[in-house]
Amino acid sequence: MILCIVEHDNGRLEDQSAEALTMARGMAGAAGVPLHAVIFGPGGDAVAAAIGEYGVSVLHLADSDALASYAPVAWARGVIAVVEAAPAEAVVASGTDRGNEVMATVGALAGLPMVANCIDVQPGDPYRLSRLRWAGSVVEDAELDSDGPRLFSVAPGSVVPAKADSAVTVETQPVPLSLSDADLAVRVLEHMVPEHDGASLVDSRVVVGGGRGVGSAEGFAVLDELAGLLGGAVGVSRAVTSLGWRPHRDQIGQTGVRIAPDLYIACGISGAIQHMVGCKSARRILAINSDADAPIMSKADYAVAGDLHVVLPALVDELRRITA
Amino acid sequence: MRVMVCIKRVPLVGGKVVLSPDGKEVDTKFLGFGISPHEECAVEEAVRLVERNGGSSTVVTLGPQSAVEQLQFAMSLGIDEAILIDSGDEEWGPMSTAAALASAVSEKVAEGAAPDLLLLGNEAPDSGDYQVGIRVATALGWPCVTGVKELDVSDGTAVARREHGSEMEMFSVSLPAVVTVKEGLNLPRYPSLPGRLRAKGKKIDQMKAERMAEGLTTLQLRLPAEDGRETELLGTGVDAVPRLIEVLRETGVLAR
Repeated sequence: MILCIVEHDNGRLEDQSAEALTMARGMAGAAGVPLHAVIFGPGGDAVAAAIGEYGVSVLHLADSDALASYAPVAWARGVIAVVEAAPAEAVVASGTDRGNEVMATVGALAGLPMVANCIDVQPGDPYRLSRLRWAGSVVEDAELDSDGPRLFSVAPGSVVPAKADSAVTVETQPVPLSLSDADLAVRVLEHMVPEHDGASLVDSRVVVGGGRGVGSAEGFAVLDELAGLLGGAVGVSRAVTSLGWRPHRDQIGQTGVRIAPDLYIACGISGAIQHMVGCKSARRILAINSDADAPIMSKADYAVAGDLHVVLPALVDELRRITA
Repeated sequence: MRVMVCIKRVPLVGGKVVLSPDGKEVDTKFLGFGISPHEECAVEEAVRLVERNGGSSTVVTLGPQSAVEQLQFAMSLGIDEAILIDSGDEEWGPMSTAAALASAVSEKVAEGAAPDLLLLGNEAPDSGDYQVGIRVATALGWPCVTGVKELDVSDGTAVARREHGSEMEMFSVSLPAVVTVKEGLNLPRYPSLPGRLRAKGKKIDQMKAERMAEGLTTLQLRLPAEDGRETELLGTGVDAVPRLIEVLRETGVLAR
């Protein structure tokens, strides 16, 4: 069988687990084996019907009170208990923080290789796969040999979730799991809502981005003004946070936030790959840059050659005139 | 307290990735090298922890001899000592890398200089394996918290917070522990001139390690299909403003 680690939020199937289930079902079909899932934490049985629609025939449920809080080692022990009882040729998780963490822990405890951020996996001997490197700027094609179950995580957004042609009736089995204190030493003790407010970059329909070309922390006033007029949020490139002009939570890119607005207005940003992976899901990209040869000028849908401190004030004036 | 921090020498890719003619690696002929943003924060955190609590800091890397450059960079920021585990010019996989790093920690333990805390970046920017820190922790039998954005260390305990969706989640583990961090943990300092000079004069300990067979064999690297945006030049300077307004309307950002 092929086992998929499924995450849920109070009984609601997580979107990225639906992606992982879709890839895992394709693998199970190609290998001619059944698809199983493992779910942790109380309330996991509420997801049974939902995963049946994705073709899961057996749900391995670890819903003891000890697993009420997320604990990566305990989850990994649970995965190992499942594959020891019902041999799996592969285990698939979503490439979320938790999915990668649990899968890496399984790999470490079992002494098996783990392959992160896969976009395609073809069962066989050996397994062939494609995975993302350089935050999605490079694809690696590879082969995997393994003495035990092959361990994969699925790159978020690389698979379109699709339900099976016909729903399967899910048989639920408890996971035979006895946990030690050490297995629960790393667990979530508390949840907090962050203090900062302001328009959320992730949810904004329009984002005004500023890079080194903004010139100073004060230089952002005109970007803030434009974002205010358009009902959007301001984001920045890494250069800006490194210079201390804006906080890291405003950063768009590989080591910051990934955005998907209708329009991203990138001002004074050169367009390094680390930045572009954070904004590539924008429906339209508009670049304003004094350097007509900056990489972003050919990666955008619209480009304006010019100093942002000349173009933006004129644009703001015109917007005020129109909307007055 | 004693803090160890692990780093990796990686090429600094700018606007475009160029692959070598055989498609096996990124062409680095025209690139500089550095460490990742996550690791810059790990180094900064190690320096701050020792500034605050006393003790000493060690930076360790598995890499080619040229990775001396990155070890000196870390020492120029205030790390006390450095260890280079020689990998030759081959790229080692995450299992071999973790085993080598764990052996460097074990050697420190054997010398009676056991670290209290081992810091790594959450993932390497080039290979993106998301597992080395966890494998090192498992080999050592230490707890591991990954993806950490806030860290408080005191009285033999590390309290670590990380993002989960729109919330922060909190972990608390006993030392010694492994913590992998993400950029945003702190704002790293820049190296000072005296710091750079001091770093040049410091000795770097050399270590050897065994590379093991890992199951994953790279067949080739390739660039993903371009997302196919065609660029329309709207104009130059303020002359572009009328067309800019039209674009705001066309994209639905501005009501018609």
